[in-house]
Amino acid sequence: MLKSLIIILMSSVLVNNYVLSKFLGICPFLGVSKKLDQATGMGVAVTFVMLLATAVTWPIQIYVLNRFGLEYLQTIVFILVIATLVQFVELVLKKYIPSLHKSLGVYLPLITTNCAVLGVTVNNIQDGYGFLESMVSSLGCGLGFLLAMVLFSGVRERMEKSNPPKAFEGLPITLVAAAIVSLAFYGFAGIVDKLFA
Amino acid sequence: MTKLQNFLKGLIKENPVLVLVLGTCPTLAVSTKLSNAIGMGLAATVVLICSNMAISAMRKTITEKVRIPCYIVLIAGFVTIVSMLLQAFANSLYESLGIYLSLIVVNCIILGRAEMYANKNTVIDSAIDAAGMGLGFTLALSLMAIIREVIGSGSILGYEIPFMQDFKISILTSAPGGFFVFGCLIALVNKISKGKAIKKKDFSCANCPSAAACGKVGACERGQN
Repeated sequence: MLKSLIIILMSSVLVNNYVLSKFLGICPFLGVSKKLDQATGMGVAVTFVMLLATAVTWPIQIYVLNRFGLEYLQTIVFILVIATLVQFVELVLKKYIPSLHKSLGVYLPLITTNCAVLGVTVNNIQDGYGFLESMVSSLGCGLGFLLAMVLFSGVRERMEKSNPPKAFEGLPITLVAAAIVSLAFYGFAGIVDKLFA
Repeated sequence: MTKLQNFLKGLIKENPVLVLVLGTCPTLAVSTKLSNAIGMGLAATVVLICSNMAISAMRKTITEKVRIPCYIVLIAGFVTIVSMLLQAFANSLYESLGIYLSLIVVNCIILGRAEMYANKNTVIDSAIDAAGMGLGFTLALSLMAIIREVIGSGSILGYEIPFMQDFKISILTSAPGGFFVFGCLIALVNKISKGKAIKKKDFSCANCPSAAACGKVGACERGQN
């Protein structure tokens, strides 16, 4: 049991990294990775929302949608629940934990329509995970996102000083750098199964 | 702006993927095969046309404060319809698009066009705008898919190309190749437009796809301050 949970965690952090191998959440990855502190803040906020969204959407899917044969409403229900939840959490944080709201609050609304969050909730259902497995998988995806953001912000700070060809300035060279970081993660393919075999 | 210009702007001048850099996630993810790219592009186009028309028709009814949730519900409804239709009539495409099909809901292009165009213009203009933008999206996706499929797996639309089979660079079909090809394509657009397009592509709040739902202008640039 524990072993399978560790495998889920490690494979969603390293092998199936949401940003670098599944292409989910590219917008914040390219947009908010210029500085290390911003990248960390965004990564932590995404992890937090992923966990929260999974904790809410999994029971809804199993106990409401599946029971009453409403699986086709999954997309509508999930996106609405996530959007409402994020707004609600922001209000609660603002009122009761202002310090946390100050550091995470600015990123929360941005995450509402982030494809990584909707992606992880839908993926958990499609993979047929139980509640605990879903939570672990969401944690892994969030940590993977955080890892990718932090690594990439370091790459970008170095890149600011570089001098690429004129046509490549700005976004194109950033994408090429992302390709190289992604190549590094590509090397993890297959490692998890062997590690715990 | 004539109706024709309105249609054509989405294809080239304001191409949603290559110039406005919206909808990067599906662009990178489904462009490994040309057939997937065309399927994804057309599915998104249908959703975009329907949602733009519906939002434009209801633009006087929906109030300012609740507009984003309303748009999301409308878009999610159309996405559900399209994915059910695909599941029924094109099941192989449905299977290969997988999760990215339901993620059309959070595709920045669709919410972006609702916010930027459909809630200010008539139904017909919005439909034309949506058709242009959707086909522009399909065009950019197909372009990327052609490069990745021909060079990466030495085939086109599943048919093998004899000569290319011996020289395929299979890394292009996997994740790193996606980033690389996309970067090169945008660099090419910069080169052709002589840097005119590059200015729009800075990731400021004005261009942030989530800006519509965010409402905190400048917040992410200021970071934690």
